[in-house]
Amino acid sequence: MHLSAEHSDGRLTLRLLGEWRASALPDIRAELAAVPLHDAHEIAVDARGAQRLDLSGAWLLREFLDTAAAGSARRVGFVGDPPAQLALIDRTRAGEAAAAASPPGSADEQSPIVAVGRTAVGQWRGLADGLDFLGRITVQAARAGGSLRRLRPISVARHVYETGITAIPIVALIAFLISVIIAYMSAQQLLNFGAEIYVVDLVTIGVLRELGVLLTAIIVAGRSGSAFAAEIGAMKLNEEVDALTATGVEPVEVLVLPRVLGLVIALPLLTVIADGVGLAGGALLCKWLLDMPIIQYFARVEDAISATTFWAGLVKAPVFAVLIATAGTYRGLQVRSSSRELGRLTTVAVVQAIFLVILADALFAVLFMEIDF
Amino acid sequence: MKPMIEARGIVNRFGAQVVHDGLDMVAYEGEVFGIVGGSGSGKSVLLRTILGLQRPQAGEVKLEGRDITHLTWDELRSAKAGYGVTFQQGALYSSLTVLQNIQLPMIEHLSLPPDALDALARLKVAIVGLPAESAAKYPAQLSGGMIKRAALARALALDPQILFLDEPTAGLDPISAAAFDALVMALQRDLALTIVMITHDLDTIFRTCNRVGVIVDRHMVSGTVGEIVDNPHPWIREYFHGERALRFGGGHGA
Repeated sequence: MHLSAEHSDGRLTLRLLGEWRASALPDIRAELAAVPLHDAHEIAVDARGAQRLDLSGAWLLREFLDTAAAGSARRVGFVGDPPAQLALIDRTRAGEAAAAASPPGSADEQSPIVAVGRTAVGQWRGLADGLDFLGRITVQAARAGGSLRRLRPISVARHVYETGITAIPIVALIAFLISVIIAYMSAQQLLNFGAEIYVVDLVTIGVLRELGVLLTAIIVAGRSGSAFAAEIGAMKLNEEVDALTATGVEPVEVLVLPRVLGLVIALPLLTVIADGVGLAGGALLCKWLLDMPIIQYFARVEDAISATTFWAGLVKAPVFAVLIATAGTYRGLQVRSSSRELGRLTTVAVVQAIFLVILADALFAVLFMEIDF
Repeated sequence: MKPMIEARGIVNRFGAQVVHDGLDMVAYEGEVFGIVGGSGSGKSVLLRTILGLQRPQAGEVKLEGRDITHLTWDELRSAKAGYGVTFQQGALYSSLTVLQNIQLPMIEHLSLPPDALDALARLKVAIVGLPAESAAKYPAQLSGGMIKRAALARALALDPQILFLDEPTAGLDPISAAAFDALVMALQRDLALTIVMITHDLDTIFRTCNRVGVIVDRHMVSGTVGEIVDNPHPWIREYFHGERALRFGGGHGA
């Protein structure tokens, strides 16, 4: 019970009881709705009995009284002083009305054609911005290239460690498993033709030319691309990037360049490891599945590869590294204002890095075929 | 007078560093209690202890007579609905609008119909003196002063009886700070709030606080503003009577 209503010839006396608190709002609302208003000309509210009246309770009372007074000529009054909470609401409302309500902003409606146009322009600008960013990295790298100090070897070393050394276990494991999968799959098919020796060719060429570097790049994009975006994005939110700029330090030079350089060093090294582990995995499976001696496996490896097979894979690593590091740092620097942006742009960074790596790999495949590499 | 917030024998230690060593603090119903202390004296640690964000090594904290250091999860949850807090940097949720920031505690703790939720949140935006259109803005679009007000509106979301303010006027210009103090005072009066605030602002202390607690030597010295101003402790003397304080008009009542 939060109120009692009392009728006496057209005068309705409402006594507030108990606690009028936000937590009881639905109950109070139901009780107010049940108050018979129709034959009351005058409403008198006695709030003195309420043990507690909080702002939400006062708001509910004000809404009820406004509705009751609207339309009919009912008078509304208080027994004793109106509660201070109600006075606060009335003062606030009066202030709001005085500060002439500004018209609501026009709804952001778009026709489909406008939406298509906006998206197209947005995409084009995004591409231009990305190229602009790549250009800035190049300019900074050229500027910093003159002195070792400005290349920040300590920072670069940290990124080589974080993106490279700490990634060795997972990269090695994945390379091993992938070569096992290729060897196993191809062995099943080639055994039908008695051509199981070609399992070695498939594993060797597949791992060295394509899969070693591609899978390493994808793992690194997931690990380090996201780390770059999140780290720099958090710095943006914390105004650390602004602090750097205000100190006269170019963020691209201290934040982006070391990451790009670090990854350009780390990714080829990881690729070499992935290649080695991949070949070892192939050797193990050939011995286990095909009873091929290890010696014979490696002799066959030598026959299968040409002078360029290994380099055809490795040469792609620095390119992939630049793409991953650029996507990560670029998206990180785009973070503005909210933690949701940080999450969204980190996701974008990873997805884009993986996409760019695969796109570049396809272009390399076409290029290598044309030049017979 | 009924004690609303009571901390007894609080001991907080971080490794070898002792921050509080048997600290006592009481804030009574309907008063504005200011916590003062040098940087690193443990004001924020004390606030975190009272809020239940941190468990003290010893001592007890009572809010409205309930010891919050020994509550079940559900009891603690309801105890937390009984107070509102503003943090130093506002701590508004950056991915929510001002209105959503205010509605979040309401949605979590109350079962309100959507229209009441909306109207109450808008009422709170208006009560703290924010223009109505700021309700749809994100925290990043607000000025420093507006963030303070929005944080206050969110602290009031559940209509608490106790309000904790951590450096409410830090970073505001003197005019905005005075306006904010006036707002806090008006709310305190109309809603019968008990307010505990950490502040470094002498103006704010003299304008708003009934009593002050100074953290010195890992304990709290508390009393009315007049009593504290006359306290002989060297740090307190320096704080209220130093060159800095004199510039504000001769050491206020000394």
